[in-house]
Amino acid sequence: MPELPPLPTISQLVFTGFALFTCASALGVVLARNLFHGALALVATLFGVAGLYVMLEAEFLAVSQVLVYVGAIATLITFAIMLTRSMMYGKTSPLNRQWGKTGLFAVMIFLALYGFVGSIPWADSAPAVLADESMIAALGVEFVTNYVVAFEVMGLLLLVALVGAVMLARDNN
Amino acid sequence: MLSQYAFILIMAAIALVLPLAAIILGHILGPRRPDAVKNAVYESGVETIGDTWVQFRAQYYLIGLVFVVFDVEAIFLFPIAIAYSQLSLFAVFATIFFIVLLVIGLLYDWRKGALEWQ
Amino acid sequence: MVPLTGYLLVGAFLFSAGLYGALARKNAIAVLMSIELMLNAANINLVAFWRYGDTPADLTGQVFAVLIIALAAAEAAVGLALIISVYRERKTVDLDELDLLAG
Repeated sequence: MPELPPLPTISQLVFTGFALFTCASALGVVLARNLFHGALALVATLFGVAGLYVMLEAEFLAVSQVLVYVGAIATLITFAIMLTRSMMYGKTSPLNRQWGKTGLFAVMIFLALYGFVGSIPWADSAPAVLADESMIAALGVEFVTNYVVAFEVMGLLLLVALVGAVMLARDNN
Repeated sequence: MLSQYAFILIMAAIALVLPLAAIILGHILGPRRPDAVKNAVYESGVETIGDTWVQFRAQYYLIGLVFVVFDVEAIFLFPIAIAYSQLSLFAVFATIFFIVLLVIGLLYDWRKGALEWQ
Repeated sequence: MVPLTGYLLVGAFLFSAGLYGALARKNAIAVLMSIELMLNAANINLVAFWRYGDTPADLTGQVFAVLIIALAAAEAAVGLALIISVYRERKTVDLDELDLLAG
């Protein structure tokens, strides 16, 4: 009797589910003819990525992902779709002239990455991490010690976004 | 630790399956005899005029924009708040400087009237 | 335990899909959404390498991921404001028709 491969563990099953869900909705984002369906697929993709973060035991990032991406960026994108009346689909193709070449290029990139990632014997298991609360606190300490410059520059970037985007989007009439 | 999230996963699965089952079963079991009145948008209301996708006002976008920036600020401030007892005076001033930068942006938007509903 | 390869492949797929969308879609908002996909792919890689690295107590990977999320928010805010501003001027967000600078 031939030896069967070992049964997948529960975490592997859950990971496969999240990975397939994320990839399928990412395809939905780029292939949807209706831009609004694309935006909904983007929300699904972002939720899938948040699930992957939870599986990687980066809970704070998962919450940030849901709060910022799903809660804020997806809302902004929906507003922008409504503002620019981009829902007018179906009249012309949503793709430009170079989509064939680009598609081939993207598939080749994926196959190259697939071959590259598959050829390296990565670690199969990971060392244990800290309990969550001390990890979030450690993250906070990192922001104001080692990465304080990046933190302040991020504040400056947000200030520029706040001023610049309001100037651009305001109706001057 | 990860196994604690199994409950959330199970709850999410139930929350997805129950409404889907209700919708699909209703689709399969329910009788369907459509006519013009039943297909109207409002069975006993005023007919809508024009396209459903009307042009929205840029005001919505401005409010959403300010919300996004302060959402991100919350992401940065939350870990620092958790670590507050371990911080040096320098770290507290760095955080205050970060907040002041964003308050400047908020004041600018306020003065320019981006927060007013026109 | 899930091998690291799984996460890297999801990241590679998201990146390739985002690349296709960013180069092949005509609508400017669709291009922006594809760029968000590519940023997420980078984030998955950062967090996966942080988790499977030798020292998870060193939080550099997570710090970078949070910075990228903040950057994506600022980029989306300004990018969409630009798109709305262009739409007000030209009444279109079709990138093929925005050829004022084309020779």
